[in-house]
Amino acid sequence: MGTLKDVKVGDTVTVKKIEGVGPTRRRIMDMGVTKGTRVMVRKVAPLGDPMELNLRGFEMSIRKADAGLILVE
Amino acid sequence: MELKIALAGNPNCGKTTLFNRLTGSSQYVGNWPGVTVEKKEGRLKVEKDVIIQDLPGIYSLSPYTLEEVVTRDYLVKEKHDAIINIIDGTNIERNLYLTTQLMELNIPIVVALNMMDLVRKNGDDIDLDKLSRRLGCKVVPISALKGEGDMVLINEIKSAAMANRAKEALHVFDGSVEHAIAHIEESIESLVDKDDLRWFAVKLFERDEKVIGDLALDGSLMEHIESHIADCEKEMDDDAESIIINQRYTYIQTIAEACVTRKRPAGALSMSDRIDRIVTNRFLALPVFVIVMFMVYFVSVTTVGTVLTDWINDTLFGAWIQPAAQSALTTAGASGWLVSLVVDGVLGGLAAPISFVPQMALVFLFLSLLEDCGYMSRVAFIMDRVFRRFGLSGKSFIPFLISSGCGVPAIMACRTIENEKDRRMTMMTTTLIPCGAKLPVIAVIAGFTMGGAWWAAPLTYFAGMIMVIVSCIILKKMKMFAGEPAPFVMELPQYHVPSAKGIGIHVWERVWSFLKKAGTVLFLCCVIMWFLGSFGVQNGALGLVDTEHSFMAAIGGAIAWIFVPLGFGTWQAVASSISGFAAKEAIVSTMGVISGMGAVSGYTGSMDTAFTAFFPTTIAAVAFLLFNLFDSPCLAAITAMAKEMGSRKFFWFALGFQNLLAYCVALMVYQLGGLATATVAFGPWTVVALVMLAALVYLLFRPDPNKTQRGHVAIQGAAA
Repeated sequence: MGTLKDVKVGDTVTVKKIEGVGPTRRRIMDMGVTKGTRVMVRKVAPLGDPMELNLRGFEMSIRKADAGLILVE
Repeated sequence: MELKIALAGNPNCGKTTLFNRLTGSSQYVGNWPGVTVEKKEGRLKVEKDVIIQDLPGIYSLSPYTLEEVVTRDYLVKEKHDAIINIIDGTNIERNLYLTTQLMELNIPIVVALNMMDLVRKNGDDIDLDKLSRRLGCKVVPISALKGEGDMVLINEIKSAAMANRAKEALHVFDGSVEHAIAHIEESIESLVDKDDLRWFAVKLFERDEKVIGDLALDGSLMEHIESHIADCEKEMDDDAESIIINQRYTYIQTIAEACVTRKRPAGALSMSDRIDRIVTNRFLALPVFVIVMFMVYFVSVTTVGTVLTDWINDTLFGAWIQPAAQSALTTAGASGWLVSLVVDGVLGGLAAPISFVPQMALVFLFLSLLEDCGYMSRVAFIMDRVFRRFGLSGKSFIPFLISSGCGVPAIMACRTIENEKDRRMTMMTTTLIPCGAKLPVIAVIAGFTMGGAWWAAPLTYFAGMIMVIVSCIILKKMKMFAGEPAPFVMELPQYHVPSAKGIGIHVWERVWSFLKKAGTVLFLCCVIMWFLGSFGVQNGALGLVDTEHSFMAAIGGAIAWIFVPLGFGTWQAVASSISGFAAKEAIVSTMGVISGMGAVSGYTGSMDTAFTAFFPTTIAAVAFLLFNLFDSPCLAAITAMAKEMGSRKFFWFALGFQNLLAYCVALMVYQLGGLATATVAFGPWTVVALVMLAALVYLLFRPDPNKTQRGHVAIQGAAA
């Protein structure tokens, strides 16, 4: 188990837990990143941050710092 | 009977397009999340007694973002007759998440399933009857862009609004969660409206800060509720907020699985994905970005925009209207001051706002194209890393770029930035980048001080960029710009072909509102500046005078002492700077007039002797240039800023900040630079300059007081 931050581009993982508190955590979950969700890392921005995810049929961008709060396997 | 209908939905789901179709009101349709921040109301095109209230585009009813709080307060307090919940049919899962929350408000809902044309095109199938049964409300397939399904939707929402309110609440949660919610409902039954019982119970279960604060429950009741939540959390081994969100999504997943048949396998590339493979490609993204930005800049700022602006200023007004008015008035026998009032004051004042129109129209045309097609979100995606470092959004890039042409459209371009603090900070700092009208000043001073070295102009742009970065770092650490870190969790919407009509309406609306609001103020200000510059008391009589006897010169002389520590405390230099408020290009022409060289627009060798009256030393001229580059922008940009800031406090703060910054920078450069070049002696002002420098360095490098607090909370949260 690691965090979403370290997942390789093109890999699909399952969300285990979302750490952190408050608005950012809530926003991540509100967007559909919940326990058990399958998330594919589509790409990383040209400057190395943020990353683009594909989940629940849409594309989402998230900063690596925030992706580090998401435990996956 | 008058009916009030609320229109709610996610960003990027076509809500504004639907609103325009239903009400006939022309309004902006964009792709950037959060564009509809203000509330908009309209009456149904076909039935005037039905009011449609457009609500901000939101993903959830959480207590954290301004848009979400506005929406939920509004829905709970206003008691609408019904809600139209618009949903993107191509993205049902995430869109239905808001629906499950709206349904707890106990207001009749009709779901408008939008983008059905795209759903069909993708070869997908949605079982509408089943979806309607599972959700317990009517589902109407529509296409807001193509205008399909409007009438059916109108009829359904009317009958839903007029029908009895009583509706079985949608029970989306597990037994044990429902059990806890039922207990909470029971304990607050006497405190809230019966219709809102479930809404409040669910929010209390989530430990929603706002609701807990608003209800102000007494300690024992709170304890009782807390024990139910804690029991449930223990049973589910998760925190209450996550339990609620997870179960909503689980519930939606079962609905989506039952009702939606996808032709494409999950994860397959859509058209939009294929475009993105190139546009945000690791290697191609930056070149594509540079090309797009260069085109925006090239067309709207350097070529077409400037040609049109110059034509309006120099030909339409300068060569046709103003001379015609002058000769007409002179033949009619009007007195000198009346001719001057009409020709230079009124017509000159009109020319200023009108001449900005072509540039602004072009900038808005490009901005709405970029937003509507979906590229703007990608700009934020690509540039986030750079701009986040000094506390701005990736989208701040566009105002800064445009600002090197003109500050007015640049300030207006800040609208695309969704976070209010980022937007205000970008507006405040964007005019630090030298605009086109400042070029004559740069050329003249560079010629005067450095013999017209080629690197002078690029150096000022570089200085401008440094000032932006320094300002942003300092501002971000201030309390008024700190606040919660905006989570950069952003949807990258599908690319769309923008609608020509929507863009046309948008460009027209922006230009027209600028002409109306900024135009009137700007016009007045220009007339006042004309008065100050052309009138004065000479030989004991008030009248039209030469610039050196004008009120402007008098004011310049009266406040010149303020600029003594900056090295240019001469009335000539100060009056020239004041004239820069009307338009920055006026600085050089005023300098020309005052020095008796007549109308000048560029540097000539003869200026060297003329300007020695302005600037005793070379370093004073540099300080003068820096002050005029970084002080508050011209009146047109100031009025645009006043309008766009949306807050008096922030507007005056911005003006104060810009002028103080310019003053301090010019003072430090003059005193310390003068000391280094041995043209200014060490004195009390040198000490002041050193103190300023120390303060600046401190403000720049001090630890972020708000950040340490945030980190502390995060650590506490992790420990809990």
